Amino acid sequence: MPIPLLDIQRLTVEVDRHSILDRLDLAVQAGEIHALLGANGSGKTTLAYVLMGCEGYVPSAGRVRLDGTDLLPLKMHERARLGLTLAWQEPARFEGVTVREYLSLGKPGCDPEPALKRVGLDPDRYLTRRMDKALSGGERHRIELASVLSMKPKLAILDEPAAGIDMLSIGHIIDIIRALKEAGGSVLLITHQEDVALIADRASQLCAGRIVFSGSPREAVDHFRGQTCVRCDGEVCGYVRP
Amino acid sequence: MSDLEHLMRVLPMVGAEPAILDDTGIAHVVAQGHHILSRRTVPGLRVELEETPGALIGQIVVEAGVTIVQPIHLCFGLTHPTGVQQIAIDVHVQEGAQARVLSHCLFPVAQAAQHRMQAMMTLGSGASLTYTEGHYHGLHGGMQVLPHATIKIGKGARYFSDFSLLSGSVGNLDIDYLVEVEEEGLAELSAKIFAHKTDRITLKESVILRGERSRSLIKTRVVLEGDASAEITGITEAHAKGARGHVDCMEIVQGRAHASAIPIVKVFHPEAKVTHEAAIGSVDKKELETLMARGLNPEQAVELIVSGILR
Ligand SMILES: Nc1ncnc2c1ncn2[C@@H]1O[C@H](COP(=O)(O)OP(=O)(O)OP(=O)(O)O)[C@@H](O)[C@H]1O
Ligand SMILES: [Mg+2]
Repeated sequence: MPIPLLDIQRLTVEVDRHSILDRLDLAVQAGEIHALLGANGSGKTTLAYVLMGCEGYVPSAGRVRLDGTDLLPLKMHERARLGLTLAWQEPARFEGVTVREYLSLGKPGCDPEPALKRVGLDPDRYLTRRMDKALSGGERHRIELASVLSMKPKLAILDEPAAGIDMLSIGHIIDIIRALKEAGGSVLLITHQEDVALIADRASQLCAGRIVFSGSPREAVDHFRGQTCVRCDGEVCGYVRP
Repeated sequence: MSDLEHLMRVLPMVGAEPAILDDTGIAHVVAQGHHILSRRTVPGLRVELEETPGALIGQIVVEAGVTIVQPIHLCFGLTHPTGVQQIAIDVHVQEGAQARVLSHCLFPVAQAAQHRMQAMMTLGSGASLTYTEGHYHGLHGGMQVLPHATIKIGKGARYFSDFSLLSGSVGNLDIDYLVEVEEEGLAELSAKIFAHKTDRITLKESVILRGERSRSLIKTRVVLEGDASAEITGITEAHAKGARGHVDCMEIVQGRAHASAIPIVKVFHPEAKVTHEAAIGSVDKKELETLMARGLNPEQAVELIVSGILR
């Protein structure tokens, strides 16, 4: 096995004294799209926040390395400058800030048009719009992905990038996830949607704070659906054993 | 340097160009203290201002049915560290007339000075007035700035005001606007203020929706840093059928600054409606973290969020 791009070892996280992640191990290889499955509340978003270094999400134990560098001592923007980024499950809105400015963050002077086209939004219509409440949820999600793409990250954590996207546009989202990989990056893809999970190279299932299964996306989806979770016996996953 | 040159040199700080003085199609008044340094009018516009020792007094009239194509520029200021500027002005936009006024208030070196504005504005039926007031203050603070105005908006008339104080330190700013709106009239009041050091901001905007289907929006954005403080009061009263008002107030507080917002909403008719939203606090954490996840450091992230809010 090559040295993973993202190497998580025995990561333990408590939030407000509740154990959320419990000695979690996970590896994402360079150039890999890695899907992360798991029931609601299993800790996927928490893992994303801990990796990105969000306030209040400090692990009590464990180690995380990105491309060989210890992530945990670093501040959020330092992690971003190493090539890590996160697209939130519910992206923030910004009064006054234009889509053009938002897409050029961190890369001043870059041309935001290709990324916007890639997510299926017409630059003529969207570049001058504000990132405020007037954007629909789906539009906001797509712009978030475009901003991740124009950053060319080593590892993008996408938290349910297809949530709220209309049926016909899922293709654009899948396309942009693939574009991240084509640009040489890796993706940790948190998703509840089977058709999105199946584009991954590998997939893992999170349950009760640990990875309970890793394999091909087909196998992971079947494992999740099959209610054969070795860790919780189906209880935390919410399924009854057949 | 003459007083006029002095004021014109800082005009770009509020987004205007000194070349407006030479343009015969653009009306303007430039006053330092109580002295008029330059003026021009255009057809359909009457500017009657009188210099007195204690104040600059007069009226500006846009005649009925006239549309003043280019904005009317009013440049008021003080070119010395101390002094008083008192302006008592009536603005009448007669029936069906339309105009835009850009009021530039320039106090580049003021330290212990006072600027008082007492304005009465009337909009005849179907008239439209856009009143944009931009302030430029140096870094000294210590000024008393008191813009007070009563605005009467006639039937079907539209009034838009936009106050901004975004550069320099003001000292004490005390804004008091009272707006009355008749049937189908519209009032939109927007204020954007960036306060620093020991600035004290008092902003009171009262809108009385008197007429049926009259509408109003009060939008306030205040960012405070250092030891600055602000008290924002937005009052909307709705008295008639179909009247609609909304108050939207956001204050961002940094450092040791503090702020309060008092939205007062009164409805006197069962078919009228007034809504309000107010948010006071630090920069939104999720917005901040989103920007940091794109590589901005915390200072850069706050700066972008604040500049967006004050835009
Ligand atoms: N700040 C917090 N305080 C208390 N509990 C929290 C906090 N944040 C998360 N949790 C709890 O941690 C657990 C994991 O939440 P998380 O958001 O990571 O789940 P998820 O796998 O992303 O779920 P979903 O699929 O619904 O998005 C949940 O039980 C949640 O209620
Ligand atoms: Mg989640």
